[in-house]
Amino acid sequence: MTSVGSGYDLSVSTYSPDGKIFQIEYASKAVENSGTVVAIRCKDGVVMGVEKILPSKMLCHGSNRRLHSIDLHIGIGIAGFLADARQLVNRARSEAKQYKSVYGQPIPIKVLAQRIASYNHVHTLYGSVRPFGCSITIAGIDSTGPQLFMIEPSGSCLGYYGTSMGKGKQAVKNELEKINFTEITAAEAVKTIAKIIYSVHDGDKDKDFELELSWITRESKIHQLVPKEIHDNAEAFAKQALEEANLI
Amino acid sequence: MYRNQYDSDITTFSPSGRIHQIEYAMEAVKQGSAAVALKSKKYAVLVSLKRSSSELGSYQKKLFVVDDHIGIAISGLTADARVLCNYMRNECSNYKYIYESDMRVERLITKVADKSQVHTQRYGRRPYGVGLLVAGYDQTGAHVYQTCPSGNYYSYKAISIGARSQSAKTYLEKYFDSFEQCDLKELIVHGLRALRETIPNTDTGLTTKNVSIAIVGEDQKFKIIEGDDTQDYLNLIESGEEAAQPMQQD
Amino acid sequence: MSSEHFKYPVFGQVDYFKYNNVASQLASHTPSPSHSQELGAKKRTVDPIVTGTSVIAIKYNGGVVMGADTLLSYGSLARFNNIERMKKFGKSTIIGAGGEYSDFQNLSQVLDDLVVDDGCTDDGTTLSTTEIWNYIARVMYNRRNKGDPYWNSLVVIGHDNNKSFLGKVDLVGTCYQDNFIASGYGSHIALPLLRKAYKEDMTLDEAKTLIQDCLRVLFYRDARSSRFIQLSIANADGLVITEQIALDTDKWDSGDSAKKKKNQDGRKKKNNYRNDSTQVILEYGHNVV
Repeated sequence: MTSVGSGYDLSVSTYSPDGKIFQIEYASKAVENSGTVVAIRCKDGVVMGVEKILPSKMLCHGSNRRLHSIDLHIGIGIAGFLADARQLVNRARSEAKQYKSVYGQPIPIKVLAQRIASYNHVHTLYGSVRPFGCSITIAGIDSTGPQLFMIEPSGSCLGYYGTSMGKGKQAVKNELEKINFTEITAAEAVKTIAKIIYSVHDGDKDKDFELELSWITRESKIHQLVPKEIHDNAEAFAKQALEEANLI
Repeated sequence: MYRNQYDSDITTFSPSGRIHQIEYAMEAVKQGSAAVALKSKKYAVLVSLKRSSSELGSYQKKLFVVDDHIGIAISGLTADARVLCNYMRNECSNYKYIYESDMRVERLITKVADKSQVHTQRYGRRPYGVGLLVAGYDQTGAHVYQTCPSGNYYSYKAISIGARSQSAKTYLEKYFDSFEQCDLKELIVHGLRALRETIPNTDTGLTTKNVSIAIVGEDQKFKIIEGDDTQDYLNLIESGEEAAQPMQQD
Repeated sequence: MSSEHFKYPVFGQVDYFKYNNVASQLASHTPSPSHSQELGAKKRTVDPIVTGTSVIAIKYNGGVVMGADTLLSYGSLARFNNIERMKKFGKSTIIGAGGEYSDFQNLSQVLDDLVVDDGCTDDGTTLSTTEIWNYIARVMYNRRNKGDPYWNSLVVIGHDNNKSFLGKVDLVGTCYQDNFIASGYGSHIALPLLRKAYKEDMTLDEAKTLIQDCLRVLFYRDARSSRFIQLSIANADGLVITEQIALDTDKWDSGDSAKKKKNQDGRKKKNNYRNDSTQVILEYGHNVV
């Protein structure tokens, strides 16, 4: 990379001669080293799944959650530095609370996403702080229906039907393009995401991983982890699909 | 002078997306003497090795009480640990004032981790140079957590930090599946055996002077066992050596 | 005015806007202490405006029942007739509120936030009713120390871990638990009745009847009450707040007319049902068989 050693890549408040801010790009690199996150906006809800790589087999099951609830109707998925992302989660929770106390109704997903994006963005303006080393997906249902946004270290904030972050990002995008987002239901998306994550997991490079799945549906209107039974079914389905693919 | 130009500043990412200053702070944890934490269903145990700076000095305390149901073992910069310990005590005390109940262990750990993270994102700060092993018991059972200077935390069944902790980890990885059913005594003995692995063969080994043990669990407030009181457990490591083997097999 | 130092909210006796005081103080030129409200010190809510009245709750064998009417008064005006004064928080707690209703709405928002945050943590535990009650007590006490209290008395019921909870917090932060609690006007009128009528291990139906009887007596005696009530129940099955219930209060033959009836019978009815909870209450206000 031409940036290395140029001296223009040491601070977020420095442009390179060709107009780039390398520190933001480096922060994005931190995201690319992380376990894959997949999110799909369906006709009746939004589903998120994470390939959570386990650094040790002595870890307790369910520790280091990468899917968090923000308010009843909103959830966040994390790729990159977990510690950094927890700051964003806390920020999102207080934004949601503040909005509710002012306007008396739940915060629209778009408003929350833009507010968090602004928070990310101000961390790209000053040499005294560093950008967040994480990308997040924000999933939820509001008066406009199911919504999905992804926010990057740069502060960019875009809405998606399906998106992914982390290691397997490219491979996942190829898979996502096959999906008909106007037809797929949340129940189907849970299986699809499980299958995609199992297929992009690189067993040679990474140790064990744990599949984390969360969703919010029009039915429940509450963001929560996918119930154990449905989760287990999806995981079994994914493993079976992977085996069949390997046989061929 | 520097290993590379990206490692002198906490606000600088390296081209590969790493923050070297955080990683160096993690190294500080390895400078401290070892501590081991492990848990069964009902109990969590901390075991640690104390060092003394000279034969005339006393041994440096490694275990601290946070509340009746939580305690910590430290490795790294002791002064930083005292700051965090003080913060944890305050949080527990505030929680008790507000809710008249014991703070859930994970909620406390999350707060400590969030506090640590802030020190990794602002110029002019440095990350805490200390790792904590936290043993606690609450309504969801016994817990063992590790916190890092990076602001990460992990919930473990068994873990070790500090100098030569890899040896202890190797021991724990061999046996941790059996810990869940262990009684308190067995748990302590496993902890001591894991800790023993971290001592170079040339040293005197585990003695009543350099070992401290802490327990917490169901109907058991967090309690530190030090000095002569540890003798009984130290005896068990040696004497139970053969007896312990069949126990592992059931 | 004799009520000047006694700030218990009694409508008609409280000089809301201090017209009389300001006038008299200006006239007499007496120097006021610097913290005096009349000299421009910040003035807080010193009286409630839109108020709910009593809340009654009792433990029974397996849970807790609470009852309150659905009236909000504006002074002595019966302003809003169909307002719920009991609200669920989380999976195991219901709070019944008397006093300033807007304060309760504000406090509700604080507690809703607390419950959402608690739920977001998603660590397999949620705040118990006892913890929520304690939290409220701390909030109320802090606000009172700021001189800006939430003007409420709150009755908290709940059921978790197979235990029933019944507690109360008032506007100065006093908090306690008991087997039966009556707030507001009910602490004067209904509490003595409850002391006589309460027995351990009541059935749900007995408890419901007792609460309705108390609320009926209150309707007779408390000019800020209504005969439309709701009951709420916390037990192992969860939380229920009933639809509005209209109390049967057609019979006003208490007082003189009731006395006459007794005389006609020529017997003292009292002795026959001294230990019957319902009857004890009836003697205070109502006469149904």
